[in-house]
Amino acid sequence: MNRFMTGLRQIGQYPSAMAGILVILFLVGLSLYAVFAIPYRQALDLWRGGEIWQDHPRNAAPAWVNWFRLNNLPSTIIVEKSSADVESENFQGWSRVRIPLEFSYTYDEFPSEMNLFLKSRFQDKGPFIRLFWETPDGREILLGGHRPRLSHRVALSQDRNLERRLDAPPHMALLSLPDDIDKRKVLKGDYRLVIDAVFFEEESSLETKFISYGRVHGPAGTDHQRRDIMVALLWGTPIALAFGLLAAVGTTITTLIIAATGVWFGNWIDAAIQRITEVNMILPMLPILVMVGALYSRSIWVMLGVVVLLGIFSAGIKMYRAMLLPIRESPYIEAARAYGAGHSRIILRYMIPRVLPVLIPGFVTLIPTFVFLEASLAVLGLGDPVLPTWGKVLHDAQGESALYNGYYYWVISPAFMLMLTGLGFAMLGFALDRIFNPRLRSI
Amino acid sequence: MTGDNEIVVSVRDLHTWFELRRWGIVRVGNVRAVDGISFDLKRGESVAFVGESGCGKSTLARTLLGLHIPTSGKVFFEGINMQELDRKGLLDYRARVGFVQQDPYGALPPFMDVRRILREPLIIHGVGDRKEQESRIRESMEDVRLSPPEEFLHKFPHMLSGGQQQRVVIARALMLKPSMIIADEPVSMLDASVRVEILNLLRNIQKTRQLTLAFITHDLSTVRYFAERVFVMYAGRIVEKSTVDNLLEHPAHPYTRALLDALPDPDPENAARMRELPSGEPPSLIDPPSGCRFHPRCPHAIKGLCEVDIPPDFEPGEGHTAACWLHRQ
Ligand SMILES: Nc1ncnc2c1ncn2[C@@H]1O[C@H](COP(=O)(O)OP(=O)(O)OP(=O)(O)O)[C@@H](O)[C@H]1O
Ligand SMILES: [Mg+2]
Repeated sequence: MNRFMTGLRQIGQYPSAMAGILVILFLVGLSLYAVFAIPYRQALDLWRGGEIWQDHPRNAAPAWVNWFRLNNLPSTIIVEKSSADVESENFQGWSRVRIPLEFSYTYDEFPSEMNLFLKSRFQDKGPFIRLFWETPDGREILLGGHRPRLSHRVALSQDRNLERRLDAPPHMALLSLPDDIDKRKVLKGDYRLVIDAVFFEEESSLETKFISYGRVHGPAGTDHQRRDIMVALLWGTPIALAFGLLAAVGTTITTLIIAATGVWFGNWIDAAIQRITEVNMILPMLPILVMVGALYSRSIWVMLGVVVLLGIFSAGIKMYRAMLLPIRESPYIEAARAYGAGHSRIILRYMIPRVLPVLIPGFVTLIPTFVFLEASLAVLGLGDPVLPTWGKVLHDAQGESALYNGYYYWVISPAFMLMLTGLGFAMLGFALDRIFNPRLRSI
Repeated sequence: MTGDNEIVVSVRDLHTWFELRRWGIVRVGNVRAVDGISFDLKRGESVAFVGESGCGKSTLARTLLGLHIPTSGKVFFEGINMQELDRKGLLDYRARVGFVQQDPYGALPPFMDVRRILREPLIIHGVGDRKEQESRIRESMEDVRLSPPEEFLHKFPHMLSGGQQQRVVIARALMLKPSMIIADEPVSMLDASVRVEILNLLRNIQKTRQLTLAFITHDLSTVRYFAERVFVMYAGRIVEKSTVDNLLEHPAHPYTRALLDALPDPDPENAARMRELPSGEPPSLIDPPSGCRFHPRCPHAIKGLCEVDIPPDFEPGEGHTAACWLHRQ
C-alpha cells in the first residue's frame, strides 16, 4: 500500500485531480443533502406525482431564467382563507359569508394558470357560492356560481364560458384592461377574488385557496406532471453514484478475484475462466439489459445485478491475468507458501494488492460509465419504475418533446448533472493514471 | 559441533520431475531436476549443497519445503513422513522449516512494511495476541541486527538496502522458531561487501539456536567457513558427500575436483586465472546420459562401466561417500 499512499500524496500537484475531487465532493454532499432533506419514502411518494403537486405550476422554467430576461416571468401566488376567519351574517336557517382573497400582481407576464380550491364541510345540503373578481381599476366581474362538493376545484383558466365572455383565456383577461388584452399587457395592482358563500347548515364551513400558477419555479423548474424537477436532480445524485460505484466495485473486484484465482490455480480452472470470458465478451450488454427490462424487471437493483454479472467475465480478466501471471511466480509468493499462507490468503493478500494501485485510475474512470449506462437505460424507457433519476427526467423530457416545446431546462439540468459526474471522475481518474502509471506522464 | 547427532531430516531416493507437455496435453518427457537423492541432516549442523547452475539445487530445496510434490521417494522430518501429512500437519511442518531466498527484494511483498511482513507468519499460524506478536517481531529484529527496530518497523522493502532486506528475510524465516533453515544462495545477489556479514549472521544464528542449515551455493570458496559438510550435486543427483575439510583436501569425485580446480587461485600471481570446468555441456535433464551422468565429461571414465551402470555410493573414507566407479573396492 506504500505506493498507494505516496501516490495519494502527489494528488495535490495535479490541479485537475483537485478539481475532480471537488466535483466529487460536491456530488457526495448533494447526495447526503438529498437523502437527509427528502427521506427515501417521501422521495418515492413525491415522484409518484398527483395531488401532492397541485400547488405547483405545470412546465415552469427554473427561477434563474429571469436573470436572462427583461420581462420577469411570474412566480406562483397562493392565497388561502377559511370561512371561519370572516364575519358571517346569520339568518333563519341559513347564513352568508363573503371571503375576500386579496393579492397584488406585479409581474410583467401572465401566469400560466389559475385555480381555486374549495373544501367545504356539510351534512346534507352543501353551500352555494358566487365568485366575483375585483380589479385594481375598480371593475367587478362575476365569474359564476358553484355548488362545491366536499373537495372542489374551480379551474378558472379552463372555464370555456368565462373565456367566451371575456374573449380571452381568463387568466389573462382577468389581469389586464379590456382594451389591452390583445397587447398582452398586464395590469399591475391589487386584485381581489371574493367568494360569496351561502351556507344552509349551522356547522357548514368553507376553506378556500386561490392559486395563480407562475411560470418559473425553484432552481430546476417543474415537469408536465407539476413535479419539481429538483427532486429528481437531488435524488438522482445518490442513485447515480451508488449505481456507478456498486457496479464498478462489483465488476472490478470480482473480476480481479476471478482473474487472480485462475492465475493462481492455473490448469483447467484458468482455462475455464478464459473460455467463459471469451464467450461473455461477445455477448452484447445493452440488448440483454433491454430484454431483462422488458421481460423481467426494471428495478435498478435487478439492472445492477445484471450489469455486474455481465461485467464479471469482461475483457478486464484478460488484462488482469496478464498483470498477475508474473506476480504468481514472484519469490515473495513462494516465500508466503513456504511459511504456510493458504490459497485464499495468497490470492487476496499477496497477489491482488500488488496490482491494485495500477487499477485505481481505471476504477475511478469506470464509475461514470456505469452512471451513463443507467441513464441510457432510463432514456430507453428501462429506468427504475419508482425511483427519481436523471435518466428518467430525460426520458420524460423526450416523451413530452421538451426541446420542441422550448423546455430546454428539462434536458439541460439532468444532462449537466451527468456531465458533471463524468467530468469529476474523469479528471480525477486521468490524474491518478499519471501518478500510478508514471510512464504516461507528459514530458 | 554436530550437536547430539539427532537426525532432523532424512531424504530417501527422492525424485522431483517436471512433466514436459506439448500443447498443454501431450506428455513428451520429464525434466528430472531431482533424480534419486538420499541424505540425512543432523540437528545443529550446517550442510552446503554445491553444484553448477541448473543441477536441481533449488528444486531440491523447494521439494523439502513442500512447494513441489516429489515424483517418488520419501522425506522424513523429525521422524514424520512428509507425504503423509494432512493440511494441519503440513502447516505445522512449514512452521518448523524456514526459507531464505536468493533475491531479497523479490522475496518481500513490496506493499507490506517490515512489521507486517514479520507479522504475517504469526498471523497465519495464529501465534499469540497482538502484543506478543509485537514483542516477537522486535526480538527477531534484534537477532538479525536490525536495531533499533523502531527505525525499520514502518519501512517498506524498497526503502531498505539489500543487506537490510536480506536481514528481514532471515528474521521472517526465524519468526516461527523453526528447527531447520533452507537458504537458497542467500548472498549471491548481494553486494560483495555485505555477503560475509550476512553469512556470518546466518552462521551465528544457526549455531546459537542449534538449527539445521541447508545452505545452497555455487561458490565453493565460502563453504569452508559456513558449513560442516558439503554435498556436491550434479545433474539432479548427489555425487559426493563429505566434511568440508576432507572434501577440500581430498576430493574423491572427478566432478568435485573439477569444481575445485575452477576456483580462482588464492595465489595472487594467478588470481585472475580461473580454470575451466571439463569440456562439454552440462547434461540434459530430460534425457540424461546413461550410467554415470558425468561420464561424457569425465577424464577418467572407464569404458564399458561408467556409461553403462549408475555408480552407487562408495566410501573412500570415514564419513565420505562418492558416487564414482573409481572408488569401487
Ligand atoms: N517449475 C518447473 N517446471 C519445469 N522445469 C523446471 C521447473 N523448475 C525448475 N525446472 C528445471 O529444473 C532444472 C533444475 O532447476 P533448479 O532451479 O533446481 O536449478 P538450480 O540448481 O537451482 O540452478 P541455479 O544455480 O541456476 O539456481 C532446470 O533445468 C530447470 O529448467
Ligand atoms: Mg537455484
